[in-house]
Parts: sequence; C-alpha cells; structure tokens
Amino acid sequence: MTALDRTARRHRWDTRFAPYAYVAPYFLIFGVFGLFPLLYTIWVSLQQRSLLDADGASFIGLDNYQVLFADPYFWNAMGNTLSLWLLTTIPQILFALWIAQLLNRKVRTRTLFRMGVILPNVTSVAAVTIIFAQLFGRDFGLINWGLDLFGAGHIDWQAGTASSHVAIATMVVWRWTGYHALIFLASMQAIPPSMYEAATLDGARNWQQFWRITVPLLRPQIIFSTIIATTGNMRLLAEPLLFNPGTAAATGGSDRQFQTVALYLYEQGFSNWDFGYSSAIAIVLAIATILVAGLGYLVTKRIQTD
Amino acid sequence: MRSKTMALVCAALVTGTMLAGCGGESGAGGKTKLTIGLFGNFGYTELLKEYASTHPDIEIQDRTASYSDHHKNLAAHLATNNGAADIEAVDSGYIAQFKDTPDKFVDLNTKGGDQLRERWLPWKWEASLGKEGQQIGYGTDVGGLAICYRRDLLEAAGLPSDRAQVAALWPTWQEFMAAGKRFQASAPAGVKWFDGGPTVLNAIVGQAPVGYYDRSDNLTVGANPDLKQGWDLVVDGVRADLSAKLLYSTPVWNTGFKQGQFATVTCPAWQMAKIKDQAPETAGKWDVTSVPGGGGNWGGSYLTIPKQGKNVDKAVELATWLTAPEQQAKVFTSSGLLPSTPKLYEDPAIVNYRNPFFNDAPVGQLFTDAAKNLKPQYQGPKAGDVQTAIGNAMQRVEQGKQNGEDAWNQFVGDVQKLTS
Repeated sequence: MTALDRTARRHRWDTRFAPYAYVAPYFLIFGVFGLFPLLYTIWVSLQQRSLLDADGASFIGLDNYQVLFADPYFWNAMGNTLSLWLLTTIPQILFALWIAQLLNRKVRTRTLFRMGVILPNVTSVAAVTIIFAQLFGRDFGLINWGLDLFGAGHIDWQAGTASSHVAIATMVVWRWTGYHALIFLASMQAIPPSMYEAATLDGARNWQQFWRITVPLLRPQIIFSTIIATTGNMRLLAEPLLFNPGTAAATGGSDRQFQTVALYLYEQGFSNWDFGYSSAIAIVLAIATILVAGLGYLVTKRIQTD
Repeated sequence: MRSKTMALVCAALVTGTMLAGCGGESGAGGKTKLTIGLFGNFGYTELLKEYASTHPDIEIQDRTASYSDHHKNLAAHLATNNGAADIEAVDSGYIAQFKDTPDKFVDLNTKGGDQLRERWLPWKWEASLGKEGQQIGYGTDVGGLAICYRRDLLEAAGLPSDRAQVAALWPTWQEFMAAGKRFQASAPAGVKWFDGGPTVLNAIVGQAPVGYYDRSDNLTVGANPDLKQGWDLVVDGVRADLSAKLLYSTPVWNTGFKQGQFATVTCPAWQMAKIKDQAPETAGKWDVTSVPGGGGNWGGSYLTIPKQGKNVDKAVELATWLTAPEQQAKVFTSSGLLPSTPKLYEDPAIVNYRNPFFNDAPVGQLFTDAAKNLKPQYQGPKAGDVQTAIGNAMQRVEQGKQNGEDAWNQFVGDVQKLTS
C-alpha cells in the first residue's frame, strides 16, 4: 500500500465520519441533560417514592396520575398557570412590537435605548421579584401609595386572585419585553424601506403600514417569540415563589391563589417529599406546555400577508 | 496518578484561590474547611471566630438562608447525596421529618454522644432520636415563650407599661384579647394589638399538651379541642381588628417592626434576636413579660451532621463544641437564645442576665423560669407543613377571603391530604 493510498483512505473515512463527530457533542449533552432526566422522571412518576428514601420506593403504575387528575389543587394550579400565561404572553408580544417600532425610528442615542431595553432581562430574577413585591406591598408599597393619591384606595395585591396575577404578570412582562423587542427590531431593520415608500405613495397611514406590512413580515419572529414566551411562562416558578415569601412561600398565597403548576410541583417534591407525585406533575406539565405552545403557534401562524 | 490528574483538571478549571470545588477537603493553606448551614440568627458569628482562632487548622464558612429555603435545600441535598454543608441546622418543626431517615445523618451516639446526653433537657434529646435510637442532632436552643411589647404604644393607649402590671393584664389568652380590645379603642392611628393571627396561634398551640400529632404520630388536628379553642379565640381577635395582618417572618413583617405597626408579639427567646436585628432603632422601647397561659414552647433547633460530608469527625467536634453548655451560655447573653442545657438554668450569670435592648428586662429569670415550666410538646413528622397550612388558613380569615369556620374546615382537609 502506498502512502498516497493511505491518505486517500483517511480522507474518505474523514468525510464519512467527521460530520457525526461534529454533531456528537450535541447529542451527548442532550442525552445526559435532556433525554435521561426525562426518561428518569417518567420512571419515578410511576413509583411511590419519598424524596429521601430511594430504597423504599415501590412501583405503583399510573396511580400518581390517577390521583393527580382528581386533585383540585392541581387543577387550581393549572388554571393559574394558564391565566398567567395569557396575562404575560400577549402583553409581552404587543409591547415588544410597539417598543421595537419606536426603536426603529431615527432618534438620537438610539444605541443607548436599544441597550436599555435588554437591561431588565439581565438583572437577577430574584432581585426583580423582591423589588416588585415591595412595590406591590399592601401597607407601604409604592403602587398603593400612588393609587391612594388618586383616591383609588388600597389593594391587598397578594390576597386576591386577579390582583396577584396582575402583579406577577407585571414582573414577567417587565423582564422579558425588551428581549422580544430586540428580536423584532432586528427583523424590522431587514424590511426594505421601498415597501413603506410604496405604501406611503398609496396613501397608507402609519398604523396601517404597521399592521399590514411590519407585523405580517415579522410573522416568523412572532411565532418564535410566542413559543419561547409560552415555554417560559408555563413553568413560572421564581416570581410566584418570591412574591409571597415567608414560611408559606411554596403554597402561592393563603388560598393558593397564585400557585402555578411548577410551584405545586416544588411544594409536593420539596415540602411534602412526594417525589413520585411531583414527577407525575412534571410530566403532565411538560405535555401541557407542548399543547399550549402548539396552540400559540396555530394562532400566530394565522397572521396573513396581504 | 489519580490525584495528579485531578490536580491538573482543577488547575485547568480554576486558577488562583478559588479551589473550593476541587477535592473539598482543603481550604486555603491546607486548612480543613468546614461549612455550616443555618437559618435566621443562631448567634454564632463570634463563636465561629473563636473556634477558628483556637483551631488554626480549620476554616469555617457559614451559609445562612431563610427558614423554609434552608430546610427545602437540605432535603434536596440529602436526596441527591450531594451539596449539604458539613453541619446543618434543623428546626424543631422539621426534626421529626428528618429523623425518619436517620441513615442520612451521622449517628452521634457512635461519636460519643451517648456520653453527653445528660447535658440536654431529656425531651430535647429524645425529640431527635431515630427509630433505632440513632441520635441525628445535638440540641441548640429551645423556644420558651414570653410576650414582647412596646412600652410607648401601651402607654399611648392608656394601658400600664410596667412588666408586672402588663403581665397582670393577661393571665389567660382570653384576657389577652380583652386587653387588646381596650388597647384598640384608644390606640395610636395605624397601630394594632398583635402582629398577625398565625403568630399568636402558634404560641397558643405550643402551650397545648398535645399539638398537631399524638405520640404515635397520628394527626390530632380534627379532634384536638385545644387547637379549635385557640383557633376560635384568635379568629375572634382578628374580627375585632386587633391584628396588623402581617405574615410572620416576611419582609412586610420586618417593616412592621420598624414602623411600629403592632404593640405586642409572641416572643420565644429566639424572637428577641430577630427583633433586635430587624429594628435596632427601637432599642429601649421594647420590654418582655410573661406569656398568657404560662409555659409552652415554640421552636428551637438542632445541629446535625449529614453523612455525605467529607470531614465528619471534625464537624462532630465543632457541633459538640457549639452546643456545649459554655457556648450556649454565650449565645444566650449575646443573642438571647435560650439554652437547652438545664445546668445553665441555675447559673447566676444566666439567671441574672438583663437585656439592655428590651429596657433591661430580666430575661434570664424570665426565660429560665419559662424553661423550667416548659411542658414539652411532641412534634410529629410533618409538623412544619401543618403549621404552614394553619397559618394560611388564618391568613384567609385576615384577608377576608373566608370566615373562621370555612377556613378551619379547609385547613383540616389540607392536613388530611398532606398525610394521605
């Protein structure tokens, strides 16, 4: 065998197997951190298992799921999660579109503003929530002080279902709007100015141009943002957990008025130590997230180009 | 060979002094590094410095978290056999839950604990014993009960402010509520009689001979008349607008101390440290007197050694030292935590101790008396979670979401669910 042959063969091997080697890290990492935990969670969800006592676990089939579907606190948490999903996702996308539109104009210190919108997103979620919880405080909160000024009276934000959802949604929207706005802004800049010029010649007003040209052309980004926002908001945990600190944090309010499914999972797993049950909640939450994200996709897909 | 590879990996991962994650046994300069996981104020800051100065080979790092975060994190660390501190504090509300899995902890009886048991109150020692007599933790403080009150606010409402006279206002909880109604009639604007229903209720529950569980770990919640009577009494107080409706141990509760939103708060000994930390500017305005109904316990903790630690023996040594009578005495005078070692209840340095922050109240006398009268209450496996559930129920009444009966019935149902 000549040296040339060897090189040629090595080259053939190289082209045949190198692509697999290049993509292997992704699959390895996905297998270790994605697939294995998922399968293991399914396995645990079929067991009666205490968090601390893995040896005492027993296989009980679908019993956890049967209990779960008859559990009013689970459905309460599911309702809260869907309510918070609606209250966060829709305003997030609309505000982000509006802000992106503003940033797309020729204003001075544009870069400064563009960097500014991402700031809420890079601050720690714990810090944000603790500060907002203070703003929404019952006795000495800034927001109640403002309401008082206009004679609107005090609101006990944590006590009510609607008021607590509004407060939590505010935190989430504040944190994530800038992130989506930057995604929209990037695609807005790719829209050729000639389209707007033509529309202006046809006599279309600004808002008509926005809804008829900008939004339809942003459809892929809006779908992306909706799915990202959905998967994030369906597993909302830190905001409701920190909104009502103290010993009862995991129950999400005195009557579970803002307990999300993720928080219920946390309560069952780490307070009640019911590892099997909380795994079942995790699986159902994952399925629900896929369904809701699919719903969001179907709705945003209907955005039409005229 | 392996250690060489390890060292190379460590060197590649981190440079400089941040070698904490590698090996774990050694801190800077070849010292043994011990971590201690705490919640709230244990009064250990000075003690840990003292220990480190007499043990130059040891470096101690304390991590303090909030009460519920601490216990939830500990459960997670024990479940994964990873991440627990060398010494972990456990509150009496959680000790029964943790002692159900004694094999996660070092059995202190195998480390000389059985020789030391005389140090502690017998019930304190027994409350942390596992099924087969394994000792999972050494007692730190006990709660004891008293009432802390604001002299200036009581005076402003025309009530007496002298300790003995104040104590005479409330021999029982009924009279405590009656005094509250008198107070509320002429109280300064925005000031309520007590901080929140759940806090008062916890003290009343702590005095009952049987709490949430009987000694065979059966829940008593639906059938225990003491609980229901205490509940009705506090609901009545809430309806009479005596409650500032602040949820115990939250930021708004802390603000309540600073703003003087309430005149009294139930004071297990450890609460005094909290008040002092929360509102140092109120020094001298507070005073301490005896609790209605006498006796009772709320809280108090243990130091446990998770088995997963790498320096178990050194950790045991430190925990033994921290909970020894001499150190408990220091914690009492520095932070007010009541010792769990009865020998100190006769010690003149303890008995004659007065707390300057609380208007020189004779807290030594007060709390050693409380400790001697203390009828220990058995804490069942999920006492901490039951306490959360009853607190939520009381909060529903305070928030006007439910009446007393509905909130109580939902609580009983919640507790059943918790243990099913």
